[in-house]
Amino acid sequence: MSQENSKEVILQANNLVKTYSQRSGRFGFGSTQVKALDNVSIALKAGSTLAVVGESGSGKSTLARCLLQLHPFDSGEVLFQGQNLAKLDAKSLRAARKHLQMVFQDPLASLNPRMKIGEIVGEGLLIHGLGSVIEQKNKVHQMLERVGLEVTDAQKYPHQFSGGQRQRIGIARALVLEPKVVVCDEPVSALDVSVQAQILLLLKALQKEMNLSYIFISHDLRVVRHIADEMVVMNQGKIVEQGAVTDIYSAPQQLYTQQLLNAIPGRKAA
Amino acid sequence: MSKILSINHLNITPKNAPNRLLVNDVSLNLSAGKTTCIVGESGSGKSLTALSIMGLLSSQLHASGSILFQGNELTLLDNKALQRIRGAKIGMIFQEPMTSLNPVLTVGYQIGETLTAHLGLKGAGLKLRIESLLLQVGIPIERANSYPDELSGGQRQRVMIAMSIACEPLLLIADEPTTALDVTVQAQILKLLDELKTRMNMAMLFITHDFGVVADIADDVIVMFRGEIVETGTKQQILSNPKHPYTRALLACVPDAEGKKQLKPIDYAWLADAKAVA
Repeated sequence: MSQENSKEVILQANNLVKTYSQRSGRFGFGSTQVKALDNVSIALKAGSTLAVVGESGSGKSTLARCLLQLHPFDSGEVLFQGQNLAKLDAKSLRAARKHLQMVFQDPLASLNPRMKIGEIVGEGLLIHGLGSVIEQKNKVHQMLERVGLEVTDAQKYPHQFSGGQRQRIGIARALVLEPKVVVCDEPVSALDVSVQAQILLLLKALQKEMNLSYIFISHDLRVVRHIADEMVVMNQGKIVEQGAVTDIYSAPQQLYTQQLLNAIPGRKAA
Repeated sequence: MSKILSINHLNITPKNAPNRLLVNDVSLNLSAGKTTCIVGESGSGKSLTALSIMGLLSSQLHASGSILFQGNELTLLDNKALQRIRGAKIGMIFQEPMTSLNPVLTVGYQIGETLTAHLGLKGAGLKLRIESLLLQVGIPIERANSYPDELSGGQRQRVMIAMSIACEPLLLIADEPTTALDVTVQAQILKLLDELKTRMNMAMLFITHDFGVVADIADDVIVMFRGEIVETGTKQQILSNPKHPYTRALLACVPDAEGKKQLKPIDYAWLADAKAVA
C-alpha cells in the first residue's frame, strides 16, 4: 500500500482492441463480432499489484493473454519497460518473456502430467540457457523450498500433489526465472479458503522479496481488496472504472462498480 | 416449528475401507421455514451428507445411521419408494446447472417431466403450471421453448430451481448452487431462494464453502471438518462468537471486503493440539 505515485510504469497497454467472431444462430451458420477488448489502456507500476476485476465475459482473461502476447490483438500496443513487444523480433521477444510470467487458475491443467516437478520448474531455465546444469538444479531446489515445497518433491509428478501444492508449483515455475511482471489469472479461485489464504500470503511475501509487479485477474472482490494496490473494473470489454483500491471500495463512482461491490456475499449482514 | 428431517448418527465409509470414516457420527435436524447451512472445506463430508439424504451416494460407499423424513426412515426404503419422495417432497439443486440439464430437450419439457412423473399433470394444466413456475423463478414464459445452451448460467440455475420446487417440496437441498455464478447473479439467486423458502415454508439445507454466502442466507449453521460436525449454532453465534478453534481458524482465512482483516491460514498441527485439549 506504500506505493508512491512517482513509481515507474513497468508494463503498459495502450488502446488495446481485440474482436472475436462468434458463431451465432441455432446451428452456428451466422457470425457475430464480439468486442472482447474495447480500447483498453492500463499501466502497472513497478513493485505494485494491479487487479483486473470483472464478471465472466468481461474480457479480463483476454486482456491477460494479450498483455503477454499469447493472443494477437487487432490494434493498440503493449509496452514493457518502454519497449513495444509487438515490434520485437522473435529472439528479443523471448528474452523479454523471461521477465513476463504467468500463474494460471487451474494448476493441474497447466502442469504437464508426464513431467516431474523438477523438470517443470526447471524448463524455463533450460530454454533460456541460464546457468549450468548443476546451477539450474540448485535454483529449482531453492525455489521449491521458497514456495513451501520440499527438495524431494522435484522427483514427483503433478498428480501426487494437492490443489494448493500444485499452485505452489505453478508459482515456482513462474518465479524461477526471476521475472519482473507476473500475470496471475484467477490464481486462488479453485482453492479452499484456507489454502487461498496461504497462497495470497505467499504471493505477497514473494512480491516484496523479489520486487515483483503483479497483474491480478480476479472475480472475487474480497481477494482483490487484500492483494491489490490499484484496480480496473471491466464490463463487456470496456474499462468502466480504475483507480486505487481503497478509493474505489470506499467510493465507487460508476453504477456497475457499485452493483459489483453490493453483490459481495456477506456484505449486507456484516 | 415443525421438524422436517432428522439425521441421527450418520456414518459414511468406503466399502473397501470400512474403518475410514468419511462422515463421522453426523446428527442434525431441519425445520420448516429455516435455512441450515453446512460449511466446510473440500473433503469435509458436507456434500456426502446431503447426497445420503437423497439416497444418491456412490455404490462404492456405505452409509449407516438413521435419516428420518416426516416419520419415514429413508435408509430403509427401496429405490421405487425413494423415487416417489425424491423430486416430489425433497428437491435438490447442484453447482453446475448445465451438467444437470439435458441439452437436447427444451427447459419447459424438462420442468414438465417432474410434474408428469409425480403429479400426473398433462396437457393444458401442465402448460399452465410450467408457466407459473417459470414466472416464480423470474424467467419469461417464452423461454419454455428454449434449449439449455440458449440460456445464461444464472437462467439455467433458475430453471433448475423451478424443477426442484415444481412439486412444492418440504425440503430443498442446495449443494453449492451459486459457486459457478458471477457475484451479481449469485446475489440474485440467493435472494430468489430465500424468497421461495419463506413463501413455501420449506426447510432448506444449503451446502457452501463461502462464509459470505452463509451470512446472507443462513438461519442456522453447521461447521464440518474432516467428516465431523465441529460446531453448530445460529448464524449470529457462529459468525460473531465462534467457539470451536476450527471455526475460528476458518473464519480467519476469509478475506473481508473492507480489507481490515489480517489473513491467517489454518495451522492444522496447532488445530490437532487444540482439539486434543478441547
